Formats: sequence, C-alpha cells, structure tokens
Amino acid sequence: TSVVMAVVCCRGLLSPFCGRLRVGPRAPLRSVAAASPPLYDVVVSGGGMVGSAMAAVLGHDIHFHGKKIALLEAGPRREHDHLPESYSNRVSSISPGSATLLSSFGAWDHVCSLRLKPFRRMQVWDACSEAMIVFEKDDLDDMGYIVENDVIMSALTKQLDAVADRVEVFYGSRAVGYTWPLPSHSCDTSPWVHIELADGRRLQTKLLIGADGHNSVVRKEAEIKNIENRYDQSAVVATLHLSEATDNNVAWQRFLPTGPIALLPLSDTASSLVWSTSHEHASELLSMDEESFVDSINSAFWSNVNHSDFIDAAGAMFRSAISLLKPSGTAVRQLPPSVAKVHPQSRAMFPLGMGHATEYVQHRLALIGDAAHRVHPLAGQGVNLGFGDIACLAHHLSAAAFNGSDLGSLKHLLKFETERQRHNVSLIAATDVLKRLYSTRLAPLVLLRTWGLQATNALPPVKVRI
Amino acid sequence: QLSPFRFTAKRRLSTSHSSVDSKEMKKFQLLAHKWWDEEGEFSALHSMNDIRVPFIRDSLLSMSSNYHLGNPLAGVKILDVGCGGGLLSEPLGRLGASVTGIDPLEDNIRTADQHKSFDPVLAKRIQYKSSSLEEIVEESMETFDVIVASEVVEHVADLEMFIKCCSQVLKPEGSLFITTINKTQLSYVLGIVVAEKIIGIVPEGTHEWEKFVPPEELERLLGANGFSVKTVNGMLYNPLSGSWSWMESTSINYAVHAVKSGAQAQSSPTDTLSEMEGEQPSATTSTA
Repeated sequence: TSVVMAVVCCRGLLSPFCGRLRVGPRAPLRSVAAASPPLYDVVVSGGGMVGSAMAAVLGHDIHFHGKKIALLEAGPRREHDHLPESYSNRVSSISPGSATLLSSFGAWDHVCSLRLKPFRRMQVWDACSEAMIVFEKDDLDDMGYIVENDVIMSALTKQLDAVADRVEVFYGSRAVGYTWPLPSHSCDTSPWVHIELADGRRLQTKLLIGADGHNSVVRKEAEIKNIENRYDQSAVVATLHLSEATDNNVAWQRFLPTGPIALLPLSDTASSLVWSTSHEHASELLSMDEESFVDSINSAFWSNVNHSDFIDAAGAMFRSAISLLKPSGTAVRQLPPSVAKVHPQSRAMFPLGMGHATEYVQHRLALIGDAAHRVHPLAGQGVNLGFGDIACLAHHLSAAAFNGSDLGSLKHLLKFETERQRHNVSLIAATDVLKRLYSTRLAPLVLLRTWGLQATNALPPVKVRI
Repeated sequence: QLSPFRFTAKRRLSTSHSSVDSKEMKKFQLLAHKWWDEEGEFSALHSMNDIRVPFIRDSLLSMSSNYHLGNPLAGVKILDVGCGGGLLSEPLGRLGASVTGIDPLEDNIRTADQHKSFDPVLAKRIQYKSSSLEEIVEESMETFDVIVASEVVEHVADLEMFIKCCSQVLKPEGSLFITTINKTQLSYVLGIVVAEKIIGIVPEGTHEWEKFVPPEELERLLGANGFSVKTVNGMLYNPLSGSWSWMESTSINYAVHAVKSGAQAQSSPTDTLSEMEGEQPSATTSTA
C-alpha cells in the first residue's frame, strides 16, 4: 500500500511535466531527434527474486551478447557480503526445476556455498482426520530445498555483477509511467516502450518485462485485467528452534480448519514456520508471548481435538479398504519435531491472496512472477512458478534473438503466454480449491478430502504429477 | 497520383536490359505502407522469416569457422534484392550482417528506411537504395558475400539476366539464397486460387502462375551461370497456424542455396580439368 501511495504522489508531482503521458496509456510519442532517451533491448521492472533472475538469465545467454539489458529496482542495493548467523524468516521452497534454472547461470553454486536445506520428504495431513499423504522421490533424491530469500538474492546479485557489461542495474529507481507504442506503428511515432522514472530519467526499450509483484504497476498501466481474490488469511512466519536435533529433512504441513501450518527445515536444529490463518488469529499469534506462541505451534501439529469419531471410523475403514487393494498404499506416519522456542524478533505476518492476470503478454510487454499470478503458499509453489516463467520466456527470447527477430514481437511472446498459462492456471486453481476445501470442519467435506487424500496417497500416478 | 511513378518507370524501362517488370511494380505500389503490419497483407512474409532466416544463418555458419557470440553474421555483406519494406533485411542486420537492401519501388525504400530509423544499431548496419539489380552492378562488382532474393524471382522479367547480375556482384564462393514458387498445378491451386482468391493470405493479383519458376529450371540456369546448387528445400505454409515449415516436396514453395564458383569462373562441367590445373592467368574475363 505504501508503494501505491508513493506512485500516486509521484504522479501528482510530475503531472504538469508529463501531461503528454497522461493522455491515455497509449498516446503515441513523437520521436524527438535531440537527446533521445537511451534505448535498451530488454528492461526488467522489479528487482526481486524473479526480476533479478530474469535479468541474470538473459545477461548470461549466449545469443544476448551485445544486447543492452536494464533492471529497475525501487529499493537500494543491499550488500550481501556476509550472511547473518541467524536465519531470516522469509524462506522459499525451491523445486529441483528451479534449482536447475539457477545453476544454468551459476547462481546455484553461490546458494550452496551460503546455506540451504534439502528435504527428501513432505508429509501433509489433515487436522480433522487421520488422512495423510506423503511425497517422496523413489530414488531418495532431494525433493526440494528450503532457502532463505536473502540467500537467493545474494546469489542473484553476484551473478548480475558478473555480467555488468550487459546488464545495467538501476537501484533506487522506481518507474512511475509507461507509454506503450501502437502495434503497427505509423510514420513518426516511436515504436518502443517509454519508461519514466521517479527522478525524471527516461528509458526506451524494445521489450518490457514486468516483474514488479502482485500489485504490479506495469500490469495496471497496461490495463491488463487481473482476477484477484483477497483471502481472509494472513501468513505468520517465524524462525523456530527445535526441541532436539534431528535429521530434519522432512517438510511438514497440517491442514487446520483455520488454515495450513507448515514447518520447513532450515537445519538440524531450526525450522521455518509458515502458518496461514485468519487475520485476527495471526495478530494474536504475533502479539502473544514467546512461550504461548511455541505452545500454539506444538498444539497445532500434535492435537487431535478436531477429530470426530465418525470421521476417524470412516477414515480407518477406507484405509483398510485401500490396503486390501494396494498393500503399499498407506505410508508410515512420521511424527513432526516439536518446537522448543522461537527466535526473538523473527515473527512477522503478511496478508494472503490469489491473483491471475488474464493476459501475460502484449506487444512489447511480458509479465512474469507474482505480477502475472499469485498463489496461496500452501503448495509452496509461488516463486517456483516465477522461475518456471523465466525458463520459458528466456527460451523463447533466446531463440528469437538467434533468429534476428524483434524481441518485442507478439509472435514469440504469445508462445510463452500459452505455455505458461496452461501450466499455471491448473495449479493456481487447484491450490485455490485445496485452500477452500481445507478451510472447513463440515463432515461431508472433511470426509471427501480425507478419502481423497488417502486415495491420492495410494495412487502413484496422481502423486507424481503433483 | 500515379504520374510520378509512371515517369520513373519510363526511366527504368529505357535501360533496355532490365529485370524489373513495371506491371509488377504497380501491384506493390498500393501496398507500400502495409509492410510492417505483422497481421496484415504481408503476414505470411513476416512468418516466413521463421524459416528463411535460420536457413540463411545456418548455411552461412556451416561454411565459416569463426563465430561471433551474439552476432553470428558479423562481417558478412549481404545484398537483399527486392527487399520491399525490409522484412528480411532487418533480422539479417540484427544478426550482425551489413545489409544493402534494394528495391525498384521508392515507396518501399521509404517505408524500409523509416522503419529502421528508430533502431540505431539497424540504422547503421542497413542501407536501402531504390534501384534495380542491374543499376548497381557497375559499382558493386564482386562486393557482396551473400545475395538474398526471397520471393523475387517469380516477379522478374528476365530470370537469366537476373542470375547473371547476381553472379557479377557476388564475391567468388559467395552464397545466393532464393525462395520462390514452383510452377505446378498444385501451386496454381494453392498458391493462387486458395491463397489469393479464397483465403486471401496473399493480396489478390500478386502472383502470375506463368512467371512461377520450377526448381529444375532454376537449377539449370544457376548451373549454366557459374553457380553450384548446394541445397533445395520445399516449404509449406499452414494458413491455419500462419506458420511455415520445411517439407520434402518442392511442388509449391521452395528455397535454394547456391554458391558461386571460385576464382576460375568456369561454367561448364567439362572444364573441371582447367580448374584443377590451379591458378593460370585466366584468359576469360567475367561476362559483362
């Protein structure tokens, strides 16, 4: 919200000077012969994990040698020279696919040299029944990695520095206005996207990539409709210290009626908490003393107060039915670790929501990451979807560059959109359904999801797809 | 409005050996400003870039040993004959080549010049000239590494002369790339009836079946004028997807890559002996 305020204020101040820009977002600009703003091949707006990775991937692409790329980041450059001893409370679950992307331009090596925690197994279960599903790879490979967001940013910054001759990073530069070209441009209008920064500087680019988060200014300026839904939930994050050292290579998630609580391993003695719950409960959790907070967490994972005899019986019956048909279809239930204390000052909360842009691309524009789609953290997918967007878009842009194509051409941008929407929409919809399905205590729905979870656990093909 | 055009056409026709057909030029005059609408009249030519640019690029890369990252065609001088609005010149320029685009129609050149003007890199790498091929032969003997004549030879008046001129402005062992349309029943049905009259993906009247060139004829003319044909590939346009692909059969569209023979510009195959005898002071001067 403060970001929006800042943008609105800036616009107000600059309106006498940029009256031309405000004549609808598609006003053509006469090409000014003198002092034309610098022209870039690609400008990425937003220097978070996804924006920085996008710029770094392009900067390292062999077909982008000789191209000019710019990354716009409103915040200041943060030095990540040394990692603080204590863990940051903002972590992400990185899928193997995302790790592959990061290693393709050398960032994963940096992550490994800083710190990360691989996990082999994921146990997901219901608070209202005994139903449980366990995910693990047959070959005992790592299922994913829990990495602090700061660590990822540090690795990305290093790799951006490595290609500084190709990628110019503008820190402290907030974009306040975008002017779009007409698709098949006529005589004297500039065919490029014009960007105006808060300090008055201007840039032109052949392709603008919007990676500026779920409140994307780029998306709004492009008048792309966004389907969004503010969940009545906030996520509470914290860094927790476990009661006893353990292998800690399992990610735990339990669906409570108020929302899922997840424990993500950071080390043998520490885990990261992501507890999605109602706004009121979240505020309570933040304000209560540390002991009560720890008690709440342990109780959330261990208590069976939400079980009902009926559901337990129905679940047990279903389970024995499955074990008749498929003896290996019920996995061993492991017990999550218990929490001893919470790291001081590591508690924080942020509101949750869902969003999906109806279009990911337009002429000379592509949206990636949360600007294009926003999900509930229950599936641990958020940033992985963004990295997936990057891999797909970079693939198409690289081919386009090698073909001598105009980088902003809709032809290859639409291919990116089709591929990613096909992939993202089903996952976002499924996540949304899961969230709603698990937000209730009503017996029929609990039974449905209990049986569904048990069945899914027993069926390898379905599990592998997830 | 046509009078200035007619005047220049008359001027052109006065150079009697001209490969430019004035009737053909009239057809393109009306469409000069529509070149760069990717979804418009020339959409099929835009999407043809998806196969003809890689074809040119990869053929050239396979023949050379050095590769400049990011600019695979750096240092290559290309002549784009019948460049139109610059649809093919621009991608070649982006890949690093120095491109000279020529087209007899001034309006096309104007459109092309204007389109490249916004990109400083392209503006420097590409030069456009309103001219026919014959007119630049005098000043451009053996100056180009590559000539590209895409969707052009089916519009020229005298194909053999066109090829001779190409040979003159090409450096020895330079490459000539041609894409054109075969003269078959299939190409009449698909290339004219369907493409022009039914679906309308090609502006009506663009092509005349009589002027289509069968690949055998093209290969014969090339061989007889100092070229060695390296590749002939059939091309297929899918109007539903709007995209081109390669195919075995050359019965509709096809592409040719030919290479001008080396320093001893001998045309007949029986002259291999003199070729093998190495560098003699050659009595034959290049044909004017």
